[in-house]
Formats: sequence, structure tokens, C-alpha cells
Amino acid sequence: MATLWPSIEPLLDGVSKPARYIGGEQGATVPVHVPGKVGWLLVYPDTYEIGLPNQGLQILCELLNERHDALAERSYAPWVDMEEAMRSAGVPLFSVENHLPAREFDILAFNLSAELVYTNVLNLIDLAGLAVRADERSADDPLILAGGHCAFNPEPLADFIDAFVLGDGEEAVGEINEVVRDWLAEGPGRSRPALLEGLAALEGVYVPSLYEVAYDGARIASVRPRSPAAPELVVKRTIGDLAEWPYPKRQLVPLTEVVHDRLNVEVFRGCTRGCRFCQAGMITRPVRERPAAQVRSMIRSGLERTGYDEVALTSLSTADFSSIEETVGAVVGGECGDRQVSVSLPSLRVDAFTVATATQIAHARRTGLTFAPEGGTWRMRSVINKLITEEDLYGAVDAAFSNGWRRVKLYFLIGLPTERDEDVLGIAELARRCVEVGRRHHRSPTVVASVGGFVPKPHTPFQWFAQDTAPELRRKINLLKDACRGVRGVSLRWHDPAASVAEGLASRGDRRMGAVIERVWRAGGTFQEWSECFELGRWEEALAAEGLSLEELAHRERAEDEILPWEHLSAGLHKDFLWNDWQDALAQVSVEDCRWTPCYDCGACTDAGLEHVVASTTPPAGGSQGTGQDLSVGDRVPVHLVTTSGAR
Amino acid sequence: MAERLRFRFTKLGKIRFTSQRDVARMWERALRRSGLEIALSQGFNPRPLLAFGLALPTGAESLAEYLDATLSAVPPSDLAEFAGSLGALLPEGLEVSAVGVLPDAAGSLQQEVTSCSWELEVLGVTASDLATRVGRLLDAPSVSVRRERKGRTFDDDLRPSVRSLGLIDPARGADPARSPSCWLRAETATRPRGVRPRELVEALGTDVVLARARRTQQWIEHDGTRREPLPVGGHVAAVTAPHAVERAS
Repeated sequence: MATLWPSIEPLLDGVSKPARYIGGEQGATVPVHVPGKVGWLLVYPDTYEIGLPNQGLQILCELLNERHDALAERSYAPWVDMEEAMRSAGVPLFSVENHLPAREFDILAFNLSAELVYTNVLNLIDLAGLAVRADERSADDPLILAGGHCAFNPEPLADFIDAFVLGDGEEAVGEINEVVRDWLAEGPGRSRPALLEGLAALEGVYVPSLYEVAYDGARIASVRPRSPAAPELVVKRTIGDLAEWPYPKRQLVPLTEVVHDRLNVEVFRGCTRGCRFCQAGMITRPVRERPAAQVRSMIRSGLERTGYDEVALTSLSTADFSSIEETVGAVVGGECGDRQVSVSLPSLRVDAFTVATATQIAHARRTGLTFAPEGGTWRMRSVINKLITEEDLYGAVDAAFSNGWRRVKLYFLIGLPTERDEDVLGIAELARRCVEVGRRHHRSPTVVASVGGFVPKPHTPFQWFAQDTAPELRRKINLLKDACRGVRGVSLRWHDPAASVAEGLASRGDRRMGAVIERVWRAGGTFQEWSECFELGRWEEALAAEGLSLEELAHRERAEDEILPWEHLSAGLHKDFLWNDWQDALAQVSVEDCRWTPCYDCGACTDAGLEHVVASTTPPAGGSQGTGQDLSVGDRVPVHLVTTSGAR
Repeated sequence: MAERLRFRFTKLGKIRFTSQRDVARMWERALRRSGLEIALSQGFNPRPLLAFGLALPTGAESLAEYLDATLSAVPPSDLAEFAGSLGALLPEGLEVSAVGVLPDAAGSLQQEVTSCSWELEVLGVTASDLATRVGRLLDAPSVSVRRERKGRTFDDDLRPSVRSLGLIDPARGADPARSPSCWLRAETATRPRGVRPRELVEALGTDVVLARARRTQQWIEHDGTRREPLPVGGHVAAVTAPHAVERAS
């Protein structure tokens, strides 16, 4: 296979950020293509700087390249200027390692982290020189797979993708490789349907073309397998023990700036806090912690190998990691290398421990601190089960400002179930009072209130909810704008409500959304996650052309007995658990974290024969949410951290 | 006073598409891994004290990039060995070709470097046509170029910054894959304002296309004599990398 580099290089002088296309990351494997190895191209359907740090893609890339019968390279969506240059020069989608054409791989596997990238997926299949619709591709074309969180409702992409993988990919990727390897070995004349049936037999693999969806008017009447190879219910994959998967072992260090440009070490997977709006927390259960000793050794070897001066301990709620104290202490205390290193904890929960920790760890780089109360009033937070008290928040903010921060960011959602205007206005009130807390320590503290429109997601208790319309979201933003006007120190930011609506369409859509996505793509609608490229008008026109409406697909409350488009796919959660939790939400009844309280029988553990893997039977210090604890703030929290010498 | 090390290094091959900031980050990571103790800046957000001098445009190659690092400890005793060990820590295309301890009196690269030499591969014109245009540019009293600064456009005169410009022997190194190409050699001053290779080539006509730019030297001119920022001899531990060019391109 010949590299496309000589054709790519002349294009790079005329495009923005050309380093996106050169590869060369430290830690990257540049595989040798030999017969007998299944060639995978792992594609992230957004820009290089967004996609490169994606840990899931890096983990799978390493696992495949470790196999004797597989190889993997990576590709990212070229920005619009590069795409134009490629199309006019006749250069197809390429890998960044060997700069090989995408269609020379056996498999193109897409990472679906967000719904608004769907049009990019089509664009990239097309840029690879392939037909976007699966039924128009032949047995000689690459197999097209997709995985990631959005695969839990893959129906909007059912027309385009050959097979989806639900859940953790570590084990599934090897099993898929074996099926494809054996199928390729059959030589010319092998049949694509046989391959698809072979894949459908694998646990956690969903082959949409093997299912027939029948409609009754606008509603789904039934979803039935067409083939005995296809199971009635596809259940997600779950790896039982994270300790068996210490990946990535060679995290990529890019040559150019990307998001999350630091060492990332995953400390646990899954979350049982039970925030009802959070799809990630629902679909990744149960909690599986990495042993603290392994975390430390991954940090030590990672820092040594990469030269980074920052490590992020990643998870859905890192302050819940039962070994968080000893881990942070080990890093700042120099046990993981002799350099001064800062630790960042993404997804901060508002509680005293987090701030006490942050105080110690942010000595090297003090940017902003972000907390996510999500709701403006206690009533609202009870509905969404984000049980943060105002005292928690003010305590956290006080600790932050008293420790030198001058700017605190608060994340909120609007458009939540049962929301009233007073809940929306509560956001402005919370922000204002946080500024007051800050004035005890500084003359001009800043509190940024960042407001996003809520998008109901599949496999959550809010999957039945009627999403707010864009005008209604705008009205609420205007309420907030008025309430924040003239309030010193409060700065309001908001996400485009129209983009939330489009995300909602793609998130809960059924197979009829496929034609809509194709129309939006054909009309030039790529990079819909990027505000400069997004236009809701394109989506509305495409819906109208397909005889569909926003009202029906996004703004309608679903009924209890309605067949949801993803009902034949399971994240391990019982439907009656989700429904009961939805009813509890409407009644403002909250639930506790099941790591430390009795089981609510959601199904994630019991049906899969799994258990939470936590090193500690008691919750970590701090935090009131669901732990039944009511801890005080600041230095009375039972946390001891070692400060590095010279830390400020 | 804290000691300073000056490195000379290349930027060749695919890595030419990274930016100056990107190169700074690559160096920060490599030096951290090397264990060399770099002094940190004071203030709210301490950074390692590294100074790169004259920025290289993204897309251009170089045989002569420089970096000054302020140390917080004594320099390694065997500089040549230390510089050699950096090779494994820097990405392909960045290669240290010399290192030396700076005398206390030495100024910063930003202050001292007065000009640099370039080799420019251009497409779209014949050698004889190009020679005529070069002559015309050199004879002109001023050469106007439109620039954008802080959102406003200005007309700058780039002629005073063009120290010399001429064709390199046409028989040399033309890439047959993108014929016909010609090579220019230029020396451009850093003051009053630097000249980007692209601007210089565009001043030869809109039909001339810059295919590749390679900085070959940087110069410090003082009292009429010209020298490179890292003088050979004295404290300098020269590290030879004779194959760097071939390997990276």
C-alpha cells in the first residue's frame, strides 16, 4: 500500500493548523501492513485536537496493535478547509500514522462520543470513497463499526453502520477481530451476510440490518430480529475488573496542542450517584475501581515516559474514588516521580474534600475551578437527584476563594423536568450569593454561571421527558440575563438552545432520523458541534422533507407503554427501575448512592453477575450526596495531604 | 547569576507543520524528562525559563533554531553527552546540533539576532524569469507588502529587510516530482521588521509559489562582524548530526 503523504504534504501549506494531519505522536505505533493481519482504522469523527486525547480510542488502538492478527491506525475529521483541499486534489480520508487511504483498511471503526457528530460520520465514510448507506456497500468494502456512548441508541445511524458495539470495548474488539480475520481468510466469494451474522452472535454486538422495525403511525409497533443469529435483546459488554486492563500503557503525546493535553489515568469506570439526567452514569454501571497501587504505577510510568507536568485522574466523579486521598498525596508528595506535578480532577463534585484537595494540588497552575450544582434550587436538585445543599456549595466556594482562586465557574442545566421559573431564577441567586462569599476574600471575585439546555438521553429515567423547545429555553435564558444584569461579579454564559434541540433529535431518534441526518449532511451540515457550522434551519428543513417534526421527536413526552427506539438494546438497567425512578423524580423523591446503601435493583450488577469493585466499604470523606453523611467544610475535613516543597 | 545553556537544533520533515508554541512544548517535555533543572518564572503561573528567539513560521524547516534555557543548578559536566541523550527525548525532526554555556554578558536571542539566511524552493517561474524579477526587487527603492496587525491592515516596506537575494545554482537539488522548481538564497534582517519567506516570494509576483522554506543560519552582527549565536570553540560542545537532513526529509 502506498502512502498518500506526497499528495497530502502540498495541501498543508494552505490550511489552518496543519499539524492536525501529520501524526508523529510520541507513543504511537506505526504498524507494518502484512497479510493475515486485520487492518483497523479507528476514526474519531471530530477534529484532531478534540479526538486525539480520547482514551477509549487509544486503548483499543493499543490492544489491537498488541495482537499478532491485527493492526490499527487512527484518523480524525479534517477541518472544512482541509476537506475542501482534499476533495479538490482527490485525496481520500487517510490514517495519520502511515497516511494510508481509509478504504484500504478492513474495518473503519467510529467512536461516537456525541450525537452532533453524526453528520461527520457520513461525511467521513463518503470522504473514504465509500457509499454512505450500508446496503450500497459490497463485500469488498471495509466493514464499518461504531461504539461509544451514543451506540446505546444507534438507530439514527442504523442505515449507515454495519455493526455497533455496546459498552466496554476491551474484550469485544478482540472477538470481532477473530470473526473478521476468519471471514477474510475465506477469500474471494465470501459473503457479507455471513460476516454480519457472525458478528451478531457476539455478545454486545448489534447488527441493525438484522432487525425489522415496524411502525404504527408515528410510533414503533415492533422491533424483531430477521435472523436467528440476531438476539432479541443485545446486552452491553462490561469488563469486570479494571485492574486487568492497565491501558493506555503508552498514552499518546501529540506534537501539537490538543484538549486535555496531560497524562490521563482512569481511576474507575461507572458511577452510582444516580443523577437522573446523566446518561454516562446510567449506562456505565457498576462501579469498577482500579487498585490504588496500579493507579500510582500508571502515573509514575506515564509521567516518566511523557514528560507531562500534569496528571488528571479521570472518571465520572473522581472525588468518589475510595483511594483518592492516598493517590493525590502520593503524587504531590513525590512518590510518583521526583518532579513537581499538578493533579487535576475533572468532574468536580461540590464538597469540602474536593476543595481541600484542590487547594493542595493546584499549586502549579491555578486556572479556574468548576463546580456543577446543575439545578438552581434544592427542589430542582431533588428532582434530578443531584443532592448538593446550598451550604455545600457556599462552603466549597468559600474554600476556593480563601485559597487564592478569584474565579469560580458553576455549571447548570435548564429545561429540566418539572422546572419552574423560580428554579431558573435560583441559578442567578446562587451565583450572586457565591460572589458575596468571594467578597470576604477578594475585592472583585468572579462567578461564571454556565447554562446548558437539558437534552433527555436514552437509558436514563428522563428518557420519557418532553424536551423544552428552543424558544422556551431562550425565554429562560432571558429570565436569567435580566436577573444577572447589573449584578457585579456574576457573568452568565449559555449554550445555543437550537443546538440542544438538534442533539435531542439525534439522541432519542429512531431509524427515520437516518434520512434526516443524510439530508443535513448533503446540504453541507458538517461539524454540527461547532457553533460556526451549526444551523437548526438545516435540521428543520430535513425533518419537513421527511414528514417528521421536532414536536413529535423532541418535544413530546413518551408514554409508559410506548416502545422506545432502543428497547431491544440493554445497558443492563431494568425498564421498571428507570420508570420508577422517573416517577420518583416527578414526586421529588431522591435516592442514595447504592455503593454504600442497599441495592435498588437497577439490574446493572445482578443481571451481569457483577459487583461494585470498591476498595473501601465506607464513602470517601466529604460530600453529602447520597452518602447520608453531613460533613463540614474546610480544614475540619479528615484529609491529610502532603504539600510539595516549594509549593505555594 | 544563573547559568544559561544555548542549544542549536533542527526542525526538519513532517514536524515543520507544527507551530513555534508546539515546539516550545516539545522542548519543555523533553527537558523535564532529561532531568535538567530549569529555573521557573516568578508569578502566578510559573513556567520554565526557556527562550526561543526568532519565531519560525509554521511550515518552514530550519537547520538553525536556537533555545536558551536558564538553569536552577549547575550544568551537566559533559554537555556533549547530555545533548546526545536529548535525541531520544525529542521527536523525529528536532535534533540538537550544538550546545554551549552562555557567557554572563550574552544578550537574549531576541535582542542579539540581527538577520537570518534562507533557502527557498519556488514553483511557477523559469530560472531566467526568476533572475529578472530578483534583480528588479533588489533595484527597487521600496517594496510594499500588506500586513495585518491587531485587526488593521498596514502597508509595510520590506525592501530594507532584504539583505541579499539570489538564485542558487539551478542544477542543485530540484525535486523532479514537482518540476520545475528553482531555489533562492536570501538573507533577511530582523529589524525594523522581519520578513516572512512567503511575503518575500509573493513580492516576486503572484504567480510565484513558495514550495518549501528552510532557515539555514541565524546571525548576530556586531561592529561590522557577523557570527552565529553559538560560536564554535570555547565553551561549545559541538554535537554533530550529519545525517539529520537526510533522515528527516
